[in-house]
Amino acid sequence: MAPWKELKEMTLLNKEVTRVDGALKVAGTAIYTYDVQRPGLLYGRILRSIHPHAKVLSVDTSEAEALKGVKAVLGKIKDEVNFVGDDVAAVAAVSEEIAQKALSLIKVEYDVLPFTVREQQAKKEDAPRVFSGRENNLGRSNENSEGDVEKGFQEADAIVEHMYHMNVQVHTPLESHGCVCEWRGDDLYMWDSTQGVHGTRSGMARALEIPENQIHVITHHMGGGFGSKFGPKSYNVVCARLAKKAGVPVKLMLDREEEMLAVGNRPSSWQKIKIGAKSDGTLTAFEMESFGTGGVGGGAGVPQPYIYHFPNWKVKHQDVHINAGAAEPMRAPGHPQANFAMESAMDELAEKLGIDPLEFRIKNDPNETRQQEYKIGAKKCGWDNRKPSGSQTGEKLIGMGVGSGTWGGGGNRRTEAIVNIYPDGAVDVKIGTQDIGVGTWTIVASVLAEELELDLADVKPFIGESDYPWAPNSGGSTTAPSVTPTVKLAAEAAMAKLIELLAEAYETTPDKISYAKKTFTLTESGEKIPWKKACAALDGKAVSEKAQWGEGLSSSGTAGCQFAEVEVDAETGRVKVKRLVAVQDCGLVVNMLTARSQVNGAIIGEIGYVLFENRLLDNDTGIMQNADLENYKIPGALEMPEFDVTFYDEHERGVIGLGEPPAIPGVGAIANAVANAIGVRFYELPITPDRVLLAIDKRKEGTS
Amino acid sequence: MSEEKKHDGLSRRSFLKGVGGGVVGTAVLTSSRRTSAAEQYGDVVGPDAVEITLNVNGQKRTLTVDPRVTLLDALRDQLSLTGSKRVCNKGQCGACTLICNGRTVLACSMLAIDADGADVETIEGLKTGDQLHPVQEEFIKNDALQCGFCTPGFIMSSVALLRKNPSPSMEEIKYAVSGNLCRCGTYPHVFKAVHDAAQAMKKGG
Repeated sequence: MAPWKELKEMTLLNKEVTRVDGALKVAGTAIYTYDVQRPGLLYGRILRSIHPHAKVLSVDTSEAEALKGVKAVLGKIKDEVNFVGDDVAAVAAVSEEIAQKALSLIKVEYDVLPFTVREQQAKKEDAPRVFSGRENNLGRSNENSEGDVEKGFQEADAIVEHMYHMNVQVHTPLESHGCVCEWRGDDLYMWDSTQGVHGTRSGMARALEIPENQIHVITHHMGGGFGSKFGPKSYNVVCARLAKKAGVPVKLMLDREEEMLAVGNRPSSWQKIKIGAKSDGTLTAFEMESFGTGGVGGGAGVPQPYIYHFPNWKVKHQDVHINAGAAEPMRAPGHPQANFAMESAMDELAEKLGIDPLEFRIKNDPNETRQQEYKIGAKKCGWDNRKPSGSQTGEKLIGMGVGSGTWGGGGNRRTEAIVNIYPDGAVDVKIGTQDIGVGTWTIVASVLAEELELDLADVKPFIGESDYPWAPNSGGSTTAPSVTPTVKLAAEAAMAKLIELLAEAYETTPDKISYAKKTFTLTESGEKIPWKKACAALDGKAVSEKAQWGEGLSSSGTAGCQFAEVEVDAETGRVKVKRLVAVQDCGLVVNMLTARSQVNGAIIGEIGYVLFENRLLDNDTGIMQNADLENYKIPGALEMPEFDVTFYDEHERGVIGLGEPPAIPGVGAIANAVANAIGVRFYELPITPDRVLLAIDKRKEGTS
Repeated sequence: MSEEKKHDGLSRRSFLKGVGGGVVGTAVLTSSRRTSAAEQYGDVVGPDAVEITLNVNGQKRTLTVDPRVTLLDALRDQLSLTGSKRVCNKGQCGACTLICNGRTVLACSMLAIDADGADVETIEGLKTGDQLHPVQEEFIKNDALQCGFCTPGFIMSSVALLRKNPSPSMEEIKYAVSGNLCRCGTYPHVFKAVHDAAQAMKKGG
């Protein structure tokens, strides 16, 4: 196995290469799951619970079945529904309008049960039960510690202690969850908007109790997932059953409201944190008691103590269920939550100690890469111009803040790929990964072309089908470090095989053939054989080499920091992020252009989390009050800061995933910048104008 | 109008209007006339399917639609023009933006029958032969797309802007696409792409 080429020898990797699927996407001809059309296609719809908690006593579908145009009906999917939006029944009809009409004809008899949508209430012993018959509403818990926390706090000269709270965020991919199911005999073909064609295939096989090789999952293009689309989900199974019943293909795409209710969110977090440090700025102890809710799911834990070194620490966490849709991993699950609480507490403690917040971090951050990144970022953002917190008056208040992040993002050793070289010179690679918007089509093709010293246009990538060799779900920033080494190794194997066959054809030995830039040279005679001629000489024998992921071409573990400059309008309470400086390590950057897009996007996600996004559940009805794109606000064009992105070069570490690492540090950075601007700290996200105005009023009261 | 499209009945829109205005009786009485929806704007069509003609990307396309079907669904489901995306389906995100009679519209919020006889430009019609529109070219060059689901809407908003204003400022570009939502976070690259497209179009003529 050869290492990656030297950077200066690379022609495609580490360069700005435009997407190979770009032309399809800008022309509107890339076919997403939502766009798939099949002969005789029906439209599926799911009837969803209007109650946060109820027993489903009966489901009468007779009128729906009698409606003209209705082709299949599934009655009573579950005996108990546990959140508004839970599955009740489903129909497939010749048009979406008829399917919708049919849902309204289904008569459901519910036994409505008590519910809870507030985790503070839900964790109490006397709270209504989220799931009938359970002892309580508690999910997983964990405890961990190191050193002696009490001793640590005794050593501290200053201590900060607060409850930090973050509400639920919703993934909001633009393409909703959904699929098209088509049975061909015993085989199911499923176009699905998923982050994992192989994972979805395995799950469907279990759910339908049929062999994996009878299921074919296809995801050529998909409109975003951010962690919410690790299939299969109940809609997949419902759609497959409707299609089976109807005997024709069924498309079942969720509408925006369903998307927000039923298929994933980032859990809330409540972290009661206590941190202490000596007067010289050395951290001595950290203690946290936390809880949070993933609705009827889990996953609300946070990786504390985050980033900084505490010789003594103790954490305790409890997941709490409420009657709301299940959480799914969302871009760096747990990390933004940990980051907000930790970075906020760090800033406040620095202020108490009279130490510059950046100096305080540098003193306590054990990561060597980030030590360098702090210097770069501080210079780029002009940290020296940061004013003391709350020192400004007037209408526009400027603030600066810093935050840090870490992530894993290594490769999956089970990943496989096949590289084919055909007698006519054509080259392709087949790998069962998927492009969820990050540019996987392009990096797969780029690695193959780079390795075989061909042009990008000479190679054809095949991805997004579960019939191709196994690759992991696109999650945890593992795609690039799984896929790129594997494709490289398959390409290496294919080239070796090609040379071996060529040696036979030219009656020489492989070691007497060299290759560079589409030309083979017989080193003894000096004869040059161009690529196509060489492939033709294989006498009709195609090269088809499979390889599995190997060590040494990728790593895990990233370091990053971000600096935010914000402007707070003291009259309107609006916070505008003016500038966001990101310094990020991700090893060998495979594609400088798409990597930049990833970092920009991650930062924009942070802005949404800190300033806008907040799932609102009505306490009396359990209904989400802002389940659309008007009232659940995600960042838009007018809220964009100036972006300043630097990749900290550690290419020798090989490829590391980048989707999640930059989605973390800015959370604390932005929150700290707001606190720096107005002189009041927020212990709760999002920092919306109403909260800013209240805080400013409070400060005035305090000082007057 | 060269060809006349026949239908009768009651349109959902006219019906709703009628109910609101208390003139439903009038609407029903005049519904026996057979004429096109475009000519009889405000008159009644439906409830059965209605034949309409759209001039889509320079081609006359005749189709039969339920009066309740949106322009977006008609294009996507009947004409297989799936470039315009369905994301919120209620005019909140801009993913279905297209150009109708020279103006940007949200195709999810317009009934197909209201587009009868209209010139409709979709993302699929921007190419000239195999040649991408400069805005499309610059979206690729600047990587102004990630998952690409919002991209057609952004491109249509940007094309409409550059037709009205060939030299937009950065602020004007941001404003022009402020009705388009993106979750992957392509905005900064979109701004640059539109800026570069304006430059390219000026040079290229």
